[in-house]
Amino acid sequence: MGKTLFEKIWESHVVVEKSNSPSLIYIDRHLVHEVTSPQAFDGLRMNNRKVRRPDLTIATMDHNVPTNDRSLPILDQTSAIQIQALEKNCKDFGITLFDISSPNQGIVHVIGPQLGITLPGSTIVCGDSHTSTHGAFGALALGIGTSDVEHVLASQTMWLEKPIPFEIRVEGKRKNPHAVTAKDIILSIIKNIGTGGGTGTVIEYRGEGIEDLSMEQRMTICNMSIEAGARAGLIAPDEKTFEYLRGRKYTPKNYESLVDTWKDHLKTDDDATFEKEFTLHIDDIAPQVSWGTNPGMTCDVTESIPSPDDFSKGDLNQKKGAQKALDYMDLKPGTPIEEIKIDRVFIGSCTNARLEDLIEASKVVKGQKISSTVRAMVVPGSQMVKKQAEEMGLDKIFTDANFEWRESGCSMCLGMNPDILSPGERCASTSNRNFEGRQGTGGRTHLVSPVMAAAAAIAGHFVDVRKMDLN
Amino acid sequence: MQSFHKVTSIVTPLDKVNVDTDQIIPKQFLKLVQKSGFGKFLFFNWRYDENENKKSEFILNDSKYDDSHILVTGDNFGCGSSREHAVWALLDYGFSVIIAPSFADIFFSNCFKNGILPISLDQKMVEKLQQESDPVEIDLEKQTVKTSSEEIFFEIDPYQKKILLEGLDDIAQTFQYEDKISEFEQRSKIPSVL
Repeated sequence: MGKTLFEKIWESHVVVEKSNSPSLIYIDRHLVHEVTSPQAFDGLRMNNRKVRRPDLTIATMDHNVPTNDRSLPILDQTSAIQIQALEKNCKDFGITLFDISSPNQGIVHVIGPQLGITLPGSTIVCGDSHTSTHGAFGALALGIGTSDVEHVLASQTMWLEKPIPFEIRVEGKRKNPHAVTAKDIILSIIKNIGTGGGTGTVIEYRGEGIEDLSMEQRMTICNMSIEAGARAGLIAPDEKTFEYLRGRKYTPKNYESLVDTWKDHLKTDDDATFEKEFTLHIDDIAPQVSWGTNPGMTCDVTESIPSPDDFSKGDLNQKKGAQKALDYMDLKPGTPIEEIKIDRVFIGSCTNARLEDLIEASKVVKGQKISSTVRAMVVPGSQMVKKQAEEMGLDKIFTDANFEWRESGCSMCLGMNPDILSPGERCASTSNRNFEGRQGTGGRTHLVSPVMAAAAAIAGHFVDVRKMDLN
Repeated sequence: MQSFHKVTSIVTPLDKVNVDTDQIIPKQFLKLVQKSGFGKFLFFNWRYDENENKKSEFILNDSKYDDSHILVTGDNFGCGSSREHAVWALLDYGFSVIIAPSFADIFFSNCFKNGILPISLDQKMVEKLQQESDPVEIDLEKQTVKTSSEEIFFEIDPYQKKILLEGLDDIAQTFQYEDKISEFEQRSKIPSVL
């Protein structure tokens, strides 16, 4: 019988296999950041252990770095300590670090592919759940906790229960691909399968609707696999994948011969079977807006806030959850999404802060001004993205419209740095999580695509970007 | 890691589904560089109001549950961020068993690495346990949850069970396979980054 792409990558990385137990998996790439690593390095020190493969380990600082002027000192002492700890740990253990002043600094899941560190068919881990992003390149990419960070640093392996392969087919063609984006596809998927729909699985996204996407759009899809509860998301590599990685800073010297082996091997066989399946038809999908406190609580921009009864379809626990979410979000059932006024706009995060995201958003913004009641910011995903965008004059388009143009980092996606919402503020955000307090205690997050966020900044409320000329 | 055998205490019922790790430990407390001291921040935004006064309606603020080591909660517990700080906070607060119909994968795995036993039971059983006011005994060796009226068997991966029972150091276990790891590296075709 044929094998799925996931099974092929899995089998080529098993070091030890035992029946009815987790397998020991070799890790080809380990990405490290400042928030989930200090305890892991301390663990190594306490046990007198070394980093087994510093040459497979790359670190950067992204979660709590300020996004204002990089020449200024970091005012938050605890953030500064964490950043200094990473600098010391990388120095002590011989790990390459892209620090706050490096032109390669950025959100770890943005710089991995940009630097050619991410490779098809490889295994990648990072102490961050959005590691799933790298699956867009056909890599098995897993978010891990700090204990596993320590385990991988020490042994370059980790114990893992074999996940179940889950096929999600995305069929059809979007009528307006500038208005209905990869973000709308993945939010539609999560809306349908739920935030626990992918638990215990590795999702492989397939079909015409996926093949049509650019690499940066595919990253948006795989990035939010974790929001459906999956261990990882995968997309089989194709010419777009191979081209994206060509000639990057860390692309291997023998890249073309690697591509030759990947071409035939890194795809799901025709006769392979998946244990779970779901199909989304995208011909008629609308831009999506989340209304609740998890990414499954999402609807079309043309819809109204659902009642807890309508949302829960008879599940009492879901109903209670929806009611609680509406209370937190201060929304009433029946309110049209387009009438919801917003206070803040955040264009950023490992989901949607790549060059293409900024180009698309800039088309909406060009020649306009943001609403006088809105504060809006663009936080490029990496210093490289920022530089490229500035070379194209995008910064000017955004600042002319009164957006703030920042240095790169995770920023207001999780609000570990000074970029946070105030209690009660409502934000249109291109990030990935609308959890209570995620962007700031008491803050209210609506997840949208970059074009939807940009349009909301200008109008002061959500609008259906399909009505705009985005070509 | 401390070994885990038996725990007996009353249960703390947390009647919520999809509890994410941002709720278990909000981001402003992720900046500590050690593993201890997170308990006081557990469920911070649910436990305290904006002036850091305890919210009386939140279950953890009911002193009846002060000595509880068993949290019984809803579907998909621990979803979202991979932050292990969530597990450190639960452990530091005093919870060593979490019972739910389902768990998010990364959180589930993080539990075992810190001596917390996560138990999946079906929805009906979880709801029943949430009503239980007498102490409940969790026996890992026998894989049972014992209430005043019944004994419920639970499933656990044999490897994870051994790790918990013996309080084993995961990394030391793995080093026993050092030769296999080296062999793998010899034949691996993925080049180093640098």
